[in-house]
Order: sequence, then structure tokens, then C-alpha cells
Amino acid sequence: MIFEDEPVPGYPLPILPGHSSPGRFERVLRAGAFAVTTELAPPDSADPEDVYKRARVFDGYVDAINATDGSGANCHMSSLAVCALLTRVGYAPVMQISCRDKNRIAIQGDILGGAAMGVSNVLCLSGDGVQAGDHPQAKPVFDLDSLSLLEIGRTLRDERRFQSGRKLTFAPRVFFGAAENPSVPPLEHRALRLGKKIAAGAQFIQTQYCYDLGRLRDFMRAVEDQGLLDKVFLLIGVGPFKTAKGAEFMRKNVPGLYIPDAIVKRLAGAQDQAREGRNICIELIQEIRTLKGLHGVHVMAYRQEETVAEIIRESGVLEGRVPWYPGRDQNSADRKAS
Amino acid sequence: MYSVRLWSVRHARGLNRFYSGFERLLVALAPLWRAIGYQRLEAPVAAVERGVKGLLFDCKMCGQCVLSSTGMSCPMNCPKNLRNGPCGGVRENGHCEVKPEMRCVWVEAFAGAERIPSGLDRIRVVQAPVDRRLEGRSSWLKVVRERTEPPKAEAKK
Repeated sequence: MIFEDEPVPGYPLPILPGHSSPGRFERVLRAGAFAVTTELAPPDSADPEDVYKRARVFDGYVDAINATDGSGANCHMSSLAVCALLTRVGYAPVMQISCRDKNRIAIQGDILGGAAMGVSNVLCLSGDGVQAGDHPQAKPVFDLDSLSLLEIGRTLRDERRFQSGRKLTFAPRVFFGAAENPSVPPLEHRALRLGKKIAAGAQFIQTQYCYDLGRLRDFMRAVEDQGLLDKVFLLIGVGPFKTAKGAEFMRKNVPGLYIPDAIVKRLAGAQDQAREGRNICIELIQEIRTLKGLHGVHVMAYRQEETVAEIIRESGVLEGRVPWYPGRDQNSADRKAS
Repeated sequence: MYSVRLWSVRHARGLNRFYSGFERLLVALAPLWRAIGYQRLEAPVAAVERGVKGLLFDCKMCGQCVLSSTGMSCPMNCPKNLRNGPCGGVRENGHCEVKPEMRCVWVEAFAGAERIPSGLDRIRVVQAPVDRRLEGRSSWLKVVRERTEPPKAEAKK
């Protein structure tokens, strides 16, 4: 898909009527395409090239790149900085903001700063507890929760004011998202919580990994019962396992991850476990593509980011579409010329 | 106490009904509170509130109680202080990600809300972020004043 007004790197797109942001990601979703997003693990480094290297592996296969904010409560380069680097060359980042490390003063400042640097998408998260990470002795902040963060973000954008009431001279033009986890308790109330997030201002949702399609279908039924179908863009979290052992490990150690036994068994029984892990992921994506009310996938492939392109290619969900990346149009022009 | 806290959620319906009556009484007695002076009442009332709600709910005295909207499960016992629902880390057995020995405050909250008439409607309301200035102060007196005094002009814009 090529928008006629596709960006010169660093330049925002014109904001269409009914859109909140000048970003490509919102455009793709509102145009009705099945969107693909992924996650960039920020480096333990101060070298910008480490960020660009990690982004380039997704070129041509993703519509937006999430920059995680101290995910798993581990310390890395900040999401704001990763996003600033990415927007410099035209990538469409999703800036994740966790309530764990910053209070409302810092967070509102980051939303303004991010938007000023070209960030069009912000994902509002509660954040993992500090006990999960490499600095368990740190003070958990949690001044806000993900919902009050969404409301505050929307207030900044739509009412042009801080939570204090103080006016902004220019509002951040941001597409706001939130997370959901359809696979963990209280299963019967997850859809209600989704409704609350929509009420608070969530325009898109990226979920935690969904390995159990039964639970996902139940969740979607509840979403429909609550009248929430298509009230928000829903991107379902998926990802490949390298080994059965790895799946076992994640199951025990990653909070909020539900992996059915059948998946671990299937991995364990395979000759090439990594290949099987990718196959499982591809099958999930193809199933998700057929479900009503879902608008994309969020592929998280921690420490195997290079597999994302292959998974998306083989899943076929882009249907020939090549999401923009720096140099895309140059490359296709070269191909035509040769 | 943890076991009492779970008991309170199991008896959310009765406790909610009791509180509704109690709140009406407090509000009806507003002229008396005004005569004594809210300033003077703050410390003793907060002490009583801390004792009673501390026992029943492990109350953390956030000073802006939402128990009636959270199925009588105090959200400030959530290690992430989430006041609007569970995080995505709830364990398969319904326990907390951060404190594995504790039931998720929000799994409990939904169980309690189901016992309270229109509890699930109340749990849907998006709660504003905590005003940290109210920590340690009486939520009861705050409710009385909100019900009986005209709202103060908004903080300066």
C-alpha cells in the first residue's frame, strides 16, 4: 500500500479527517488493512547504530515498531530515545509508556516530547513489577495506572491541557493504545476491562501472546456481547518459540503468559524445534486473520527478531503489501529500472 | 489481615449494604461534624477509619475510598496500585504476579462486585488517579463534605 503523501523521513503525514495522528500506523488500520507490528528490544548501549540495526531486520514487513519501556522491569535504553532515533529516519514507532518508573509529571512530559519528535503512537501500560527485573531493589512508582494514563493522554490531545488543568499551546497528535491479555484470569471479565480501556481513550490494543485460540475466541465472543466489536483496533500478540525448553522456561517465568500443553508437546516432538516454533506462529497468525473483529498481529520475537520477516512472509497476511521503510520506494524504483 | 480481607469480599453484599446505611448516617450528622469542626475531627476519625478498614480490608488509607466500586477488595493492596482492573500478569490460579502467595486483588474485586447489586456497573467506572495529598486522611469525612458542601471552584487553570 502506498499513500500518495508518504513521508519524507522526519516529516509527518497530513492528518486525515477522523484521524488522531499524522502516523502511518493509524492510516493502515483505518484503511482496513491487516496490520503487522513488532517489538524492538532496546539495546543495553548508548550507540544509535544498535537501534537502527535492530530496526532494519523488520524492513518491509511491519507497519510499526514498538519500543519497549524497561520491559520485564529490566534496564535498557529508554523508549523515548529509541523512538526519537527511529523517527529521524522515518520509521513508525509505538512508544511504550509504563507506569512503573515515572510519575504523572514525567509521563506527560514524555508524551509531549515524543510527539514533538514525531512519535505518532503511544501504548499505555501498567508495567511489570520491579521484582521481575534486574533491579528488584528499585522503587516502583505506579503513580498512575494504564487507564488513568490513557485518560491523561487523551486530555492532553483533545482538551489541550495537563491533568492539572494548565493549558498546552500545541497538543500532541497521538494515536493511543493499550494492552490486554485475553488468556489470563479473570477470563470472564477481560472483555469488560477492554471496554473500560476503550472508554478511557484506547484506540488500538496490542495483546500479550495468545497461544490458546480457544481462549481468544471466548474473549472475542465476550467482546461482541459487550458491543465492543470494531470499537477498537485489536492486534493479537504472537511469537515463535525456539525450543520446547524455552517455552517451558517462559511459561514458568514470564508473567501473564499462558501456553497450552499441546504447544509444548508439539515443539518437543519436532525434529527441528525452531522450525516447528515458527510454523506454530504462522498457523496462529493465519487463524487470527480469519477471526472477526481482529485487525492485525503484534509479533514479539525476543532475541530472534530476524525470524519476524520470514514468519510474516510465509503467513501471507500482508497480501503483497510492502509497509514503508527507509529506502523502500528507492528500492522498488531501482528494481523497475533494472 | 489477609484472611479477613478475603472474608470481606465474600461478604461484600452485606458490607456494602451496611456502609450505605453508615454513609447516610454520617451525611445526616453533617451539621454536628461542622459544629465540632472538620479540622478537629480529622485525626480521631482517621484513626477509627484506619482501625476498622485496616482490619476488614487491609486498608492503606489512600483517603479516597473506592471499595464500593471494587467489590470490597481494596485496590491499594495491588502491588501496582491498580485502581481500574487487573494487570496482564495474573497467574493461572488467580494469584498475583508480584506476590504469588496472594490472590489477585482484582480477581477478588470482580468476585465481590458480582455479589453487590449493580456492582459490575460500578466496577466499569474509570477511576481517576490517586490524589497523593489525601493519603492518611479520612475518606469518610471527605464523602460527607462532598455531599453537603458546594463544590469548591476548580483549581486555577
